[in-house]
Amino acid sequence: MMKVLVTVKEVAEVEEDFEIEGTGIADRYLEYDLNEWDDYAVEEAVQIAETGDDIEVVSVTIGPERCEETIRMALAKGVDRAIRVWDDALAETDLLDVAAKTRILRAVVEAEEPDLVFTGVQAGDDSFGATGVSLADAVGFEWAAVVNDLDVDAVLDESVARVHRELEGGVDEVTEVDLPAVLTIQTGINEPRYASLRGIRQAQRKEIAEKHLADLGLDAEAVETDVRLTEMYEPESESDATIFEGSAEETAAQLAQVLREKGVGAE
Amino acid sequence: MSSDVLAVTEHRRGGLRDVSYELVTAGRELADEAGGDLHLAVIGGDVEAFAEDVNRKGVDYVHTVDRGEEFNHDVYVRAVEALHAELDPAVVLMPNSVNGLDYAPAVANALDLPLVTDAVAFEWDGALAATREMYNSKVETTVEVDAEAVAVTIRGGEWPGAEGTGDAEIAPFDVEIDEDALGSRVIGFEEAGGGDVDISEADVLVSVGRGIEEEENIELVQELADALDATLSASRPIVDNGWLPKNRQVGQSGKVVTPKVYLAIGISGAVQHVAGMKGSETIVAINTDSNAPIFDIADYGIVGDLFEVVPALIDEFEG
Ligand SMILES: Cc1cc2nc3c(=O)[nH]c(=O)nc-3n(C[C@H](O)[C@H](O)[C@H](O)COP(=O)(O)OP(=O)(O)OC[C@H]3O[C@@H](n4cnc5c(N)ncnc54)[C@H](O)[C@@H]3O)c2cc1C
Repeated sequence: MMKVLVTVKEVAEVEEDFEIEGTGIADRYLEYDLNEWDDYAVEEAVQIAETGDDIEVVSVTIGPERCEETIRMALAKGVDRAIRVWDDALAETDLLDVAAKTRILRAVVEAEEPDLVFTGVQAGDDSFGATGVSLADAVGFEWAAVVNDLDVDAVLDESVARVHRELEGGVDEVTEVDLPAVLTIQTGINEPRYASLRGIRQAQRKEIAEKHLADLGLDAEAVETDVRLTEMYEPESESDATIFEGSAEETAAQLAQVLREKGVGAE
Repeated sequence: MSSDVLAVTEHRRGGLRDVSYELVTAGRELADEAGGDLHLAVIGGDVEAFAEDVNRKGVDYVHTVDRGEEFNHDVYVRAVEALHAELDPAVVLMPNSVNGLDYAPAVANALDLPLVTDAVAFEWDGALAATREMYNSKVETTVEVDAEAVAVTIRGGEWPGAEGTGDAEIAPFDVEIDEDALGSRVIGFEEAGGGDVDISEADVLVSVGRGIEEEENIELVQELADALDATLSASRPIVDNGWLPKNRQVGQSGKVVTPKVYLAIGISGAVQHVAGMKGSETIVAINTDSNAPIFDIADYGIVGDLFEVVPALIDEFEG
């Protein structure tokens, strides 16, 4: 019996043109989707589950009801069941504070007692990149950040996570950590599947348990944050690029001239 | 609590990484605003040589922790915790590198400090206000911390590296670490495979990003590369999708390239991509989004659809 917990987040992507309202982007310019890194984390967990009959994959998200659609996608890809944590006390926070997220997820980990926790390396919207490792320290698990390779046999047979951590400059660090452990998963570690029609149908019957803070033994104090977003603005363009104007043919002709002057394409 | 700043340097395989010198500059800036000293920690590796090297202008103390050759996050967390207990600094400053992401959040949690990652600028006025980007560099934000002490990671390349020679006091710092209790073991390193081409040798790179949408469209940019007598490279998602091999990836976790001409086609210009190509002599961007950050570093740009512009460009050189 083994359990893998995958944290997932629904992230907002911003359209090309947008407006800022207060300290956020106006909702009409946002499109919501499963965080790119979490898609790989889900796939990695499901691949482990496929090696045996008694391996359960549970995903957890912190987010409002709107997120259920995104979580269903994870369920359709093979996650067994999901937990969605939400509370009125959370509606007022921007949840940028890693400590607040850690307290919530710690309560979930303590209730679920997984052997492995997968998170994405970062969320594509705020790019904080800290939740997984913070959680690991809070629950006393080992961890590895920015993992682009995992030896599944070693997980199953030796109870260790033998991983590659993708460092800068095309160098991987090969590291071994004891289980239970939190791994933050990097894109490219696998090829995330598309949900099959059958998977999508099955997902409708899978459980998404809604948990309030009280259900996790927490109160509003647990999510009080010391880190607040107080300002959002469009950075001043630093561009001094020459932008070619006109039709595709016209702009291509202008660019071609510059390229030729630089000796590009010269025989 | 003191008004001091403790900055943790970074090294790998025998050398200090550039961000270590940048941490000195950033740390000095904060220490001046807070009215305290700048302490550096050098953990593991050739600590004495590293300490001499990083003793640049503005450093007050260097604490060396002689533990192991390479980075190990358990050692780093214990060492920073112990230094924190001794110095009680207002700010613990760490790099937002891959290794930084592997220990900074654990340090913040262990010390019960609020954490701000990937700062590109900051101010200290009794508490920290940091500038950081969101939504793939489309917006900047100010993040304020309601606490007297904080942990921060800084983005590489945002502060200039400190120069000169400092007159810091360099001293070993003893940390008790039970080796048997370490749950993580670094076994070694592996270089990503070589492959057929070395994109860092190319004079002209045609580089393709997620704007290309489908694997079958790669042919189109390959055709352009052929017409320009250029080499084809890519942003990370193209490689993650398996549409081009890993040795074609430009960026932080791929290759650093400095060609005469770099054509970024359907690439947004994320910080990890830019880290690998900003040294190119001439940068050309083709992108439908006039706000894409790639235009900030481009010399020439076309705001337009690559599926129209690229065929027109091929015609220019082949027609
Ligand atoms: C630890 C870490 C390491 C990383 N290392 C790297 C790295 O080494 N290299 C790297 O590249 N990334 C790296 N990344 C990923 C990086 O953050 C970005 O996700 C990635 O660079 C985005 O690639 P992209 O620009 O191709 O895609 P996107 O950001 O999705 O941009 C696509 C662009 O195409 C444009 N576009 C869409 N359609 C068209 C069209 N028809 N015509 C013209 N333009 C169009 C869009 O406007 C957009 O700007 C790393 C991330 C992390 C967390």
